Amino acid sequence: MAIKCDTRARLLQGNESCCEAAILAGVRFFAGYPITPSSEVAEVLAQRLPQVGGKFIQMEDEIGSMAAVVGASLTGAKAMTATSGPGFSLKQENLGFAAFIEAPCVVVNVQRTGPSTGLPTSPGQGDLMQARWGTHGDHPVVALYPSSVSEAFELTVKAVNISEMLRTPVILLMDEVVGHMREPVIVPCADDIEVVNRPRPTVKPEDYLPYDAEPDGVPPMADFGTGYRWHTTGLYHDVTGFPTSMPAKVDFLIRRLMAKVEKRRKDITFTSHRYMDDATVAVVACGIVARSARRAVQMAREKGIKAGFFQPLTIWPFPMEQVADIAGRVRKIIVPEMNMGQLVEEVQRAAAGKCEVVGYSRVDGEPIAPDEIFALLEEV
Amino acid sequence: MAKTVQDYLRPQFMPHIWCPGCGHGITLNAMLRAIAKLDLDKDKVCVVSGIGCASRLPGYVDFNTLHTTHGRAIAFATGIKLAKPELTVIVVTGDGDGAAIGGNHLIHAARRNIGLTVVMFNNAIYGMTSGQYSPMTPSGKTATTAPYGNIERDFDICKLVQAAGANYVARATVAQPRQLSTYIERAITTKGFAFVEAQCMCPTYYGRRNKLGGPVEMLDMLRKNTVTMQAAAKLSPEELRGKIITGELHKAEDPEYCELYDDLIRRAQEEVAGK
Repeated sequence: MAIKCDTRARLLQGNESCCEAAILAGVRFFAGYPITPSSEVAEVLAQRLPQVGGKFIQMEDEIGSMAAVVGASLTGAKAMTATSGPGFSLKQENLGFAAFIEAPCVVVNVQRTGPSTGLPTSPGQGDLMQARWGTHGDHPVVALYPSSVSEAFELTVKAVNISEMLRTPVILLMDEVVGHMREPVIVPCADDIEVVNRPRPTVKPEDYLPYDAEPDGVPPMADFGTGYRWHTTGLYHDVTGFPTSMPAKVDFLIRRLMAKVEKRRKDITFTSHRYMDDATVAVVACGIVARSARRAVQMAREKGIKAGFFQPLTIWPFPMEQVADIAGRVRKIIVPEMNMGQLVEEVQRAAAGKCEVVGYSRVDGEPIAPDEIFALLEEV
Repeated sequence: MAKTVQDYLRPQFMPHIWCPGCGHGITLNAMLRAIAKLDLDKDKVCVVSGIGCASRLPGYVDFNTLHTTHGRAIAFATGIKLAKPELTVIVVTGDGDGAAIGGNHLIHAARRNIGLTVVMFNNAIYGMTSGQYSPMTPSGKTATTAPYGNIERDFDICKLVQAAGANYVARATVAQPRQLSTYIERAITTKGFAFVEAQCMCPTYYGRRNKLGGPVEMLDMLRKNTVTMQAAAKLSPEELRGKIITGELHKAEDPEYCELYDDLIRRAQEEVAGK
């Protein structure tokens, strides 16, 4: 069934906008489990997916929904799940499995204040590092982080496309505020959206080696049920897909998984900046805090303070080069965030001592207001 | 030409990892005989497993095969089946994988009545981790984590699956391989959720510790302890203590989940078209 195309501005929640984007990007399978503040993603897709011939299932738990998404992905479907902090913790084992067997999928995490059950449902940005390091062992991670409803739309499309291009799970980190607030967004026509599909084999089934790729390559992926009978496992495997413990093959696989993302770092790094040309102090922020930071920097400029603004829309892999460049040009970087200091450590790592880097934490379940950041800029 | 077990094996991966005297090979054989008899197209069969001894099976069979995380095979299989209902999806799981860590997925897949075949290889022990007690280890038996004897009760997994809503539930032991194969065959042809418990022996970790003899003695014991469901109906609970009740324990014809979902899609699309 054709998707209706109506390009008038619509007033959508971040969560709703994420759903519309997913459908236009080709997502046809969703498995999830209810958790605030992400439940609207499941609710909207329960209604919308069948309309376009897609499938929705509410699983018995978060672990099962991550598993079902990977299963669907193996049949060729573009698949997605959505959750919040506690559920994101539960999904980690199978998220690592997806990264390891290279099953494309998208995991939306609409963050709330943690740890544990925390503050349901106030905003928090405590899952930055969980997104990077939540599952055990080394693994590649791609995570995108919108600050508005329209960015949620754009980055969802990108998340689906990157997951297909790289055969890896992509995490969409959202803030509760972004997930729940309504803003006008223009949903483009399907034809105006770039859709990327995973590489599929061009060889005959008998010649297919499911994990045969260059040391930084993405192997073609056959859909289950199309004649390419292949094996996949969470054990270390060689190009055939079957288990191996040979050191050289083990080493090759994990290095390839990391390298395939690293090689395409430029293509998947999205950032936003303002007033950076002559800035002597920069504010680096992501998600909803980036909105306040942008406003605070504008207020500072009006007072004659040479402040600049930088927002990583791709949070993993972290835009090290861009932040290092900023650190070389400013005296100080301020990193406001709604956690006890996760982003600031990554910024410090990128700055490598080239300038002063200070954090600012708000951890009371309230968003950071522009005034708070402006006050920090005035002190400089 | 009629297919044989060999047609569905990946011989390059033999010998398998199972211990000498392990019962899993018999269940593998029974499963492949059922598939051969049904003459299933290899390209349209998907075998999914979790973690454990039984869960190493998918590597040895020439289908679309997926070896997943501990306890989650049924949840992965649910995603495969719902996304592509035309596939025959078979889950192989052990008693630890399927009845302990994966127990909730088993219950809910049966409740949905989704068209999966689940074969539980029940050897009453965690073999791969070298002999800890499982939810299927009988009370009083010892294991590395039950050195003073198991004080927990094992449960009747077939009753559980039946109560949860499966369309087909059967139990056999590897001492009755033909019966086991027939049940797996009927499970595969069942529309809706189908479950077969295959009781088998683990001489290495269960038998040795509990002084039950070698594989031959254990196989003999499975045979001697078996009571058909027809015979069991005439026996008292005392007489049935410690017995294995075999047979096709439950059959129903309730609607299958993926078919219900196809109908849901039709209704959703009609609603949109009608607007």
